[in-house]
Amino acid sequence: MPESAASIFINALLANNFVLAMFLGLCPFLGVSNKLETAFPMGVATTFVMFVASLCAFGLNLLLSTFHLEFLRLISYIVIIASSVQLVEMVLKKYSPTLFRALGIYLPLITTNCAVLGVALFQTARDYDFVQSVAFSLGGGAGFMLALVLMASVRERLQLSDVPAVAQGTALTLMLAGILSLAFMGFAGLGG
Amino acid sequence: MNAEVIHPQTTPTLAMIRTLGLIAAICGLIIVSAYQGTFDAVQENKRIAVERAVFKVIPGARSIGEYLALPDGRVEKAGAGGAVPAGAVKFYAGYDDAGSLAGIAAEGSAKGYADNVRILFAYDQATSSITAFGVVAMRETPGIGDKILVDKDFLANFPLEAKVAADLKALANAIVTVKHGTRTKPWEIDAISGATITSRAVGKAINDAAQILLPRIGPNLDKLKEKS
Amino acid sequence: MSQPSGILSARNWDELMEGIWRQNPVFVMVLGMCPALAVTVSGINGLSMGIATTFVLVCSCGLVSLLRKLIPKEVRIATYIVIIATFVTVVDYVIQAVSLALYDALGAFIQLIVVNCVILGRAEAHASKNTPVVAMTNAFGMGIGFTIGLLALGCVREILGAGTLFGVSLFGANFQPWVVMVLPPGGFFVLGAWLLLFSALARRKQRKLTEAAQNA
Repeated sequence: MPESAASIFINALLANNFVLAMFLGLCPFLGVSNKLETAFPMGVATTFVMFVASLCAFGLNLLLSTFHLEFLRLISYIVIIASSVQLVEMVLKKYSPTLFRALGIYLPLITTNCAVLGVALFQTARDYDFVQSVAFSLGGGAGFMLALVLMASVRERLQLSDVPAVAQGTALTLMLAGILSLAFMGFAGLGG
Repeated sequence: MNAEVIHPQTTPTLAMIRTLGLIAAICGLIIVSAYQGTFDAVQENKRIAVERAVFKVIPGARSIGEYLALPDGRVEKAGAGGAVPAGAVKFYAGYDDAGSLAGIAAEGSAKGYADNVRILFAYDQATSSITAFGVVAMRETPGIGDKILVDKDFLANFPLEAKVAADLKALANAIVTVKHGTRTKPWEIDAISGATITSRAVGKAINDAAQILLPRIGPNLDKLKEKS
Repeated sequence: MSQPSGILSARNWDELMEGIWRQNPVFVMVLGMCPALAVTVSGINGLSMGIATTFVLVCSCGLVSLLRKLIPKEVRIATYIVIIATFVTVVDYVIQAVSLALYDALGAFIQLIVVNCVILGRAEAHASKNTPVVAMTNAFGMGIGFTIGLLALGCVREILGAGTLFGVSLFGANFQPWVVMVLPPGGFFVLGAWLLLFSALARRKQRKLTEAAQNA
């Protein structure tokens, strides 16, 4: 009996959180998570790109397998992802210029977000069917957003605390991430 | 002072297409050369890995035959290239020195703690039992999940009863992992205390593969008995 | 006296050293974190990933630099990505041909080298503006720096989390491994600790410089 979509979603969200357990999407996680108001839209944009990338990757994989062109898999995935990000950028610029400006440089950086390519690669490696892939990408995106929001909230609070100067910056964020990751280990086995 | 606006030079479309085409051609050439150049070595590596794994779970085996158990109940030799048609299950028949069947081995995989746990289990048709298993790939926690390889009580679960139901559609009793110390039936697997998730993954991996494969083995035993 | 030209010139040496110390990808720029934390559960894994990334870095920067006058600037990022993806695919197959065990250990992170910010950053900032030899030297230095970073992480995590170094048992059978070090939280903690160390050293150096300036 293959894994159910719900179980895959819960696993990607909690037990195998993309950021805290699978180490995907760390660059934006360390870079954008200092303010809650930028962290949340970043999470939403990334989730959307992950969803689109997952759909495209599923279709591409079917196409490539039919013609025995598996060695072109990586190149085609990354080109599709770069194009999707370009598309999202254009759509946002037209329909929500404020959001576009708020996200700034981080929007094109979604292309190099390991989480987006990671979704495509992992779903191919685990041979997920269409419904499972959708659940996986949505769960992964939600997990990424959850980790980002959690980290942003903690960091905002910490700005009012007396952190030793030597630890400020990335070192502190990493230690926090380690503690969050430790906490998320408690979700093991939740998805069943 | 020159008041003209100086327009930035944009590349004409034809030149762009020509350059992109050139780059695509170069990259395509590099990829295909790498793929062709490494193909034989990769296939050989995969073959050696499979052989090593099968010889480990079927101790008497000296050579291997690769087969596909098709959805319609037939069994046929697996072709080169390793493509598995939908609904079919790939399995390995181990033959001893004399060329007669020593055991059947098949892969199963299920989600463990960190990622999928891939195992190879051996089935002895004479006793209708699963005699041993080996791990092909896993990323479980060292010291906890990887106890499935060495824990004496866990290994004592095998041989595991795996009789096929009378209607030849599934196993008579599903193989299931039970809580440590509560094993009562010969088709249950006693989990390792403190490593339940990985133990359950082993049970699920074996059950998922066996439910489909084992009913198709019995009717085709004659085809498999001698190395072809 | 003229500078010696060629591969060993001072300029090239400077380019090489930039990636190893001043702009170390792991400890200074904090880029390419995903593979850095995910695969460094042992020293040998870290070393292999470092070598693979260095290979992709050098080849991609070399090809980008060779083609720098041809690549249209409107689509340059996409082109760089395609070139990088090409060499990552090559590395993927080469590792499979060399050792399937290593391939399984590194897993999907081999293919994730393509989104390693270090490589794209180098191609955009450096390779597209310099000659091939200079670009490749700098890329090589970055790769070495990255590998050193991965080794630092991998060895610490392996020693603490498994009691071995490159597979050689250091403490004997009675060592109780600090298992969390080879799990995800451990990766974060060890990298955080290294950054803390470098930060402390940098501040100490800064303090000494200001004291020297004041006393002068």
